[in-house]
Amino acid sequence: MIPSSTVTPGVELHDLTIGYTRRRALRRGTVTEVASGLSAVARRGELTALVGPNGAGKSTLLRTLCGLQPALRGRVLIDGEDVATVKPADLATRISVVLTERIDPGLFTVRELVALGRTPHLPASARLSPEDLAAVDQALEAVGATRLASRQFSELSDGQRQRSLTARALAQDPSLLVLDEPTSFLDVPSRVELVDVLGRLAREQNLAVVMSTHELELALRVADRMWLLGTDRTLTCDTPAALAESGRIGAAFDRGRMRFDSRTMVFDLKPEDSSV
Amino acid sequence: MTAVLGASPAATESAPDSPPGTGRVSLVFTALIVGLAAATILSVTLGSVTVPLGETLRVLFGQEASDPRWSMVVRDLRLPRTITAIAVGAALGIAGLQMQTLFRNALADPFILGASSGASLGVAIVVVIGGGGASGFTAGLAGLGRAGVVLAAALGAAAVLLLIVLLSRWVRSAVTLLLIGVMLGSATTAVVSVLLVYSDPQRSQQFLVWGLGSFTATTWSDLKLLVPVVLGGIAVALLTVRALNALLLGEGYARSMGIDIRVVRLTTVVSAALLAGATTAFCGPIGFLGLIVPHLARMAFGTSDHRILLPGVALLGAVLALVCGIMSQMPGTDTVFPLNAVTAIVGAPVVIAVLIRSRRGALGAAL
Repeated sequence: MIPSSTVTPGVELHDLTIGYTRRRALRRGTVTEVASGLSAVARRGELTALVGPNGAGKSTLLRTLCGLQPALRGRVLIDGEDVATVKPADLATRISVVLTERIDPGLFTVRELVALGRTPHLPASARLSPEDLAAVDQALEAVGATRLASRQFSELSDGQRQRSLTARALAQDPSLLVLDEPTSFLDVPSRVELVDVLGRLAREQNLAVVMSTHELELALRVADRMWLLGTDRTLTCDTPAALAESGRIGAAFDRGRMRFDSRTMVFDLKPEDSSV
Repeated sequence: MTAVLGASPAATESAPDSPPGTGRVSLVFTALIVGLAAATILSVTLGSVTVPLGETLRVLFGQEASDPRWSMVVRDLRLPRTITAIAVGAALGIAGLQMQTLFRNALADPFILGASSGASLGVAIVVVIGGGGASGFTAGLAGLGRAGVVLAAALGAAAVLLLIVLLSRWVRSAVTLLLIGVMLGSATTAVVSVLLVYSDPQRSQQFLVWGLGSFTATTWSDLKLLVPVVLGGIAVALLTVRALNALLLGEGYARSMGIDIRVVRLTTVVSAALLAGATTAFCGPIGFLGLIVPHLARMAFGTSDHRILLPGVALLGAVLALVCGIMSQMPGTDTVFPLNAVTAIVGAPVVIAVLIRSRRGALGAAL
């Protein structure tokens, strides 16, 4: 038995190099490194927000984190275990995702869609046991989508879709929930609502929740921990307050007259005449 | 497509407490089973010679009809033809559903993707080049010869599908992939025509007739091969239900749920190749059924869930194939229309009507 003090519950990145091997027809694949030397933690019970400018590699990092693409070097540990050594079928019971791609699953009610999250727990016949059905109901309840259960997924608003997809990921019963840009198609109230739900899920279900987002100011207010993937391809892992204090957010995001104010944690427009 | 469509009638109809659609699903299954029974009886009863229903039923229950010719007609012609239609309809419905899910394309089916052409090529190679005995076309090949034709057809179908799967590693666009399938199908058909140039004219003529499609060329000994192969293909298909459902969310989600995409693709291709290959070997390449049956089943059952759709398309496919078979035989006359003409004449308006009536279909979300 491993003493619990040596195991960090949640996710750890150890000197990780991310990137991809591009498959090309009839030629050798080319390896493109996106970022290297990445180390960070995301604990259970916390909402971790991954931020960074466009093209910094947020999606690549998240795909590597949840095992959808292999790390080029380094390790990802989930509850102390290297994801590269866990079989995909077992990994699926520990990590679930909400991807950024739009899906069009056809004729599915929200309840049926959420039930798809039980896939790794089901036999080949896909028959749902009473426990599976209970897990589906709990997931719907946890994201506040119970009232949507019998609606067709294709007829939902974007906010309701993200909520349903989050319930699907939750029904998978993971210890790590990864969301790639879950707020991107949403209007302002839906964004705040969704991020609020994610923070609550992390605390109430003791999940490690990692989401990437462009909503920097919102993330700074609600996240327990931030991962900042900078333009210099380094990853900084810290609390929102400490990260703001360090000036790294300004370094990564300031453009033109826009300046990040670490005291108020919002971006300000500098008056034109005051510039030197 | 737009996400905001407002509430659908289907969504508001369902009772708040019961799981939605359960009543509808059992209703549709009941209707299909009744329809299958009715179509089976019609298929055995109707034909160029009118056999009274009572006499037909006597033969079906193992007794002799009062006229020995009636016994012969029902037992040796109409019953094999009926069982063939049921097996082929079920097989093509399932193969079509598999292709539409695997390639995430509403227009995919074994015929369009070139699997039927691949099967034809396999048949052409065995029959035209290999000789397969001096007697007539596939009807003349008994026993192992017939099994050889089926095997060649399944291998031909599998070869085309595997090539498409291989290309799908590089081709991300579903439309492009479909076009590649169409091109492969045309090229394969062209190779078949070239082969026919080098065969004797009588063989070519028989091959062309076979290509029009028919349920009537099968005998009891053929059914001993066709039925087990189709059942085998269906059994393999049943193993992939969980994975096919996960694939509806796209490959990323399917993989995140622990589905091994390569295994699913291979299993599905093997199953579809058995189903499309066996039916093509015995009945010729039959279009339209594989394409329309999954769409009609989705709309009838109101779900894309493969647990319901897989048995659903098998039943619906069998019913539609029986109806097309009856129509191609024009009851009361000796006229026989090519089966493919009937499936297209019945199928095309159905597809168009259904697509126009369904908002989801019109928006391209029928999958």
